[in-house]
Amino acid sequence: MDSDNKITDMHLDVLKEVGNIGAAHAATSLSQLLNRKIDMYVPNVKLVSFDEMFDLAGGAEKIVAGIFLRIKGDLSGSMFFVLPVESANHFIRRLIGDETFDFSSPNLPEIGVSAMQELGNILSGSYLSALSDFTGLKIYPTVPSLSVDMVGAIVSFGLIEVSHYSDEVIVIDTQIREESEEGISSVNGHFFLLPDPSSYVTIFRSLGVM
Amino acid sequence: MGILNEVIRVGIADMNIVKEPMTIRTSGLGSCVGIVLYDERKKIAGMVHIMLPDSSLGKSDRINVAKFADTGIYALMELLKAEGVRPMALKAKIAGGSQMFQFGSSDTIRIGPRNVEAVKQELKRLSIPIIAEDTGGSSGRTIEFNPTESMLNIRTVNLGTKEI
Repeated sequence: MDSDNKITDMHLDVLKEVGNIGAAHAATSLSQLLNRKIDMYVPNVKLVSFDEMFDLAGGAEKIVAGIFLRIKGDLSGSMFFVLPVESANHFIRRLIGDETFDFSSPNLPEIGVSAMQELGNILSGSYLSALSDFTGLKIYPTVPSLSVDMVGAIVSFGLIEVSHYSDEVIVIDTQIREESEEGISSVNGHFFLLPDPSSYVTIFRSLGVM
Repeated sequence: MGILNEVIRVGIADMNIVKEPMTIRTSGLGSCVGIVLYDERKKIAGMVHIMLPDSSLGKSDRINVAKFADTGIYALMELLKAEGVRPMALKAKIAGGSQMFQFGSSDTIRIGPRNVEAVKQELKRLSIPIIAEDTGGSSGRTIEFNPTESMLNIRTVNLGTKEI
């Protein structure tokens, strides 16, 4: 992988800017869907090791509801929407109006699973359309897939592609926070965009920085 | 004096060795496979957490040997040999290789089962017998090996805990 040697802070800053545009769109969609004020922002764009990537999502063993989808078109990559089980429950209970729904129960009701996948669809769709508008690249998400399991088990699946080239990955992390009436952020989640290394050059060219 | 129950942690695409009474552990195995090589009598063990079946898949100049089934198992065996373990005395226990999602790119489809196959092939090539395995399925696993008992503890989110 020769292009990762050329990645500088300037490149990562540009990705952060793009990520924030995508995050703002996704936050608007999510706010409308849940009828709550949702904040999404990109705290950082980093080149991290795989273990550090797990730490960003709460640690390899942390149990989360993870939505995974692939990006296709002019660029390829993986996207993850990772919520701690309590946060996922909170969102989905609100969406389907069933306070008893629980992602840690062994037999998940289909409606909750569908709602979670739909949430992933809406978030990734609005995020990627913003990215597409900004870069002029054609980007399509695949149908999202859900798994409730350990962070390491879920996220490593999206690192397989990268691992052919490198032991590090560019992570565009997006934090999700909900402002409740009490003013406390009650939901914490992450939205990750991991471009495949073969797409790094495409992205940076489209942004005029390579 | 020393801390008796200290745990050595192995990251993804990483390996290490352990002597009793310490244990060795890796967290959140999905499609990856955790391989334990151990000498029952000397109570020494090594663990490697591999991501990909074959080092020929590596597309960079410098490779991390612990990332691939073929180079990882061999390198782990070499580490144990340096500790005075005879390869003939080595036995293996393996876990992981699940299919977390039903789709992916052409490179990632069936990566879990492919990893398991590659691990078994390499162990066969090195004449290391597999004493126990917990592979496949669609659950993540956290594994911890105790060289004192030669037992591998496996934790999953939905299927509980077991020892093999």
